[in-house]
Amino acid sequence: MQANVNRKGEIPLPRINVIEKFCKSCGLCIEVCPKKIISIGDTANDKGYFTAVCINQDECIGCGLCATICPDVAIEVYK
Amino acid sequence: MEKQIFKRSKGLTDVSFSFCPGCTHGIIMRLIAESLEELDIIEETIGVSPVGCAGFCQNFFTCDFVGAAHGRAQAVGTGIKRSLPDKMVFTYQGDGDIASIGTQHAIHTAARGENITSIMVNNAIYGMTGGQMAPTTLEGMKTSTSPFGRDKALTGSPVDLPKLIANLEGAVYVASVSVDSPKNINIAKKAIKKAFMVQKAGLGFAFVSVLSTCPTNWGLSPAQSMQWLRDNMMPIYELGELKVTEEVKSL
Amino acid sequence: MERVLMKGNEIIGEAAIRSGCRLFFGYPITPSTEVIEYLSAKFPDVGGTIVQAEDEIGAINMCYGAACTGNRVMTASSSPGVSLKQEGLSYSAAAELPMVVVNVNRCGPGLGGLGPAQSDYFQATKGGGHGDYRLIVLAPSKAQELYDYTMMAFDLAEKYRNPVMILSDGFLGQTMEPVILKEKPASEEYDRSWIVNGAKGREKRIIASYSLTNEIGEENNLRWEAKYKAIEEQEQQWEEFQTDDAEYLLVSYGTTGRICKSTVIEARKKGIKLGLIRPITLWPFPKKAFAPFMDKVKGIVTVELNTGQMIEDVELAVRCKPETHLFRRQGGMLPTEFEILEFVESKFNLNSDKEV
Repeated sequence: MQANVNRKGEIPLPRINVIEKFCKSCGLCIEVCPKKIISIGDTANDKGYFTAVCINQDECIGCGLCATICPDVAIEVYK
Repeated sequence: MEKQIFKRSKGLTDVSFSFCPGCTHGIIMRLIAESLEELDIIEETIGVSPVGCAGFCQNFFTCDFVGAAHGRAQAVGTGIKRSLPDKMVFTYQGDGDIASIGTQHAIHTAARGENITSIMVNNAIYGMTGGQMAPTTLEGMKTSTSPFGRDKALTGSPVDLPKLIANLEGAVYVASVSVDSPKNINIAKKAIKKAFMVQKAGLGFAFVSVLSTCPTNWGLSPAQSMQWLRDNMMPIYELGELKVTEEVKSL
Repeated sequence: MERVLMKGNEIIGEAAIRSGCRLFFGYPITPSTEVIEYLSAKFPDVGGTIVQAEDEIGAINMCYGAACTGNRVMTASSSPGVSLKQEGLSYSAAAELPMVVVNVNRCGPGLGGLGPAQSDYFQATKGGGHGDYRLIVLAPSKAQELYDYTMMAFDLAEKYRNPVMILSDGFLGQTMEPVILKEKPASEEYDRSWIVNGAKGREKRIIASYSLTNEIGEENNLRWEAKYKAIEEQEQQWEEFQTDDAEYLLVSYGTTGRICKSTVIEARKKGIKLGLIRPITLWPFPKKAFAPFMDKVKGIVTVELNTGQMIEDVELAVRCKPETHLFRRQGGMLPTEFEILEFVESKFNLNSDKEV
């Protein structure tokens, strides 16, 4: 996945990457995200879990709260 | 230049955790794995897994592991540490393991000041076996063996194990933490890492109890479980660093 | 080589030290306590580590942990304490861990008494703990054997990656006798690619005994079964005393095995062709010893300090062909060689025609 680029073309901006094979759709990341930009996506992984997705990468501030609370260590954070 | 600021620790294998969605075991194991990696002790660490959901941890860490009988992890850990005093030994036990059948060993491992680290995952219930009452179950809490709610008159009150252990001289560092929120998770990480540093410095027995959830057996969603923990467990189980000797302070 | 006068339990301790054992986890229980007391005094000089555990269950689990690291480890207890260890022994066998476990058999059941007994034969040889496992069980009958068999136990444990039990008794444990403190015999190097000691420069290892699926469970059990079959084939040990021309056989182990030698001598004085088979390994039971006799002897008497345990294995070994009787004392009592002989004579009507 490519680095997030803002509208002016400057890089990098904070972003997350959800590792689909680990995500169990538990929703804890959604609870803690201060920008409310994570939600359950509409793609299921091999185990049948609809994995979490960041629905608005531009708003990500790279706080890492989602990754901190993820019980499956499924979220990577980049800044 | 983009940097990865949050990455899966080398202390964890690449295997997907088999726990239920939202189970806090995964958070706690991440904290332990990161502590081992940051202290550069993965290769000299031997973990002891119990009976219970926690027992699966042996598959998820990248260090050596020994599986113990129910309640006996600390005795097994004592045997390993006495045989290989230069290695790091830790036990990872649920409350149903250490605070019930394993309490004899919990007390005496601490009393003897065995130089190992024990982590208790407290979700106030017997998770693996389908949600029976545990000695840590709260009054009024409904479980499969307290279907009408735990009745103090019949079955007593919950056991606050870290408080008991803190009373023993051999226990030099005892902390009670929670993983219900990112803020508390970061506090928990500090305590867990310190508990390993205590062992590395050869100071005595270190014990960290972690308030945890069991969404499946509590019948709540993962997010609701975290709130339930805050509302019901925190008032009962004292949080904080319950015991820190002078030597540990100077670490 | 020193020849010293030592107490039975202490002999086991000394043999353990000379076998290279530097780890002992135990709990005091009469009549085994001298083992932990002796080692508490001697271990510091040889760099050994000893922990008096909170209970017998703690002790066996400490042995389990230490055994995982590939170092020689021992525990010693007596009947009620050994009962507590059964889960730990099942786990240790399943995890295929070498260790030496001493049972100084005392009178049971329940709190029982402190005197010698053989009432733990079933517990030692038929499992005791849950599941299909076996302990290799050695039965010394005198001081020198307490020493020699302890050394042998550590080697057998490592050879087969299995707990080995030394089944002593309250008489042997407490008796002082001269013993020669032999050098440890050279032992083979056994595979150590399973030991857990920190995953430096290698893949991580797990020692556990969980069978996640029924298929895995069957696979595991077949593997263990094959090991036990190999031990049965290769490790049966026994002693024969005046059996060449024997018409009647005594079968007995441990202290009574020793008393029976005197019985055989007394019988021979009277012209009775009595012999003795003394099992040294109780498991694997020395079935091979009986094959030459099952169609030859007129009768067998097992001499035991219980209500009849080993006799079942003897009857199986001889396919119930010769008439077999049990002579027994219980509660800690020991028989004289004459009592045993009287019993043999009366059961088989020997010497009755010689009465005046």
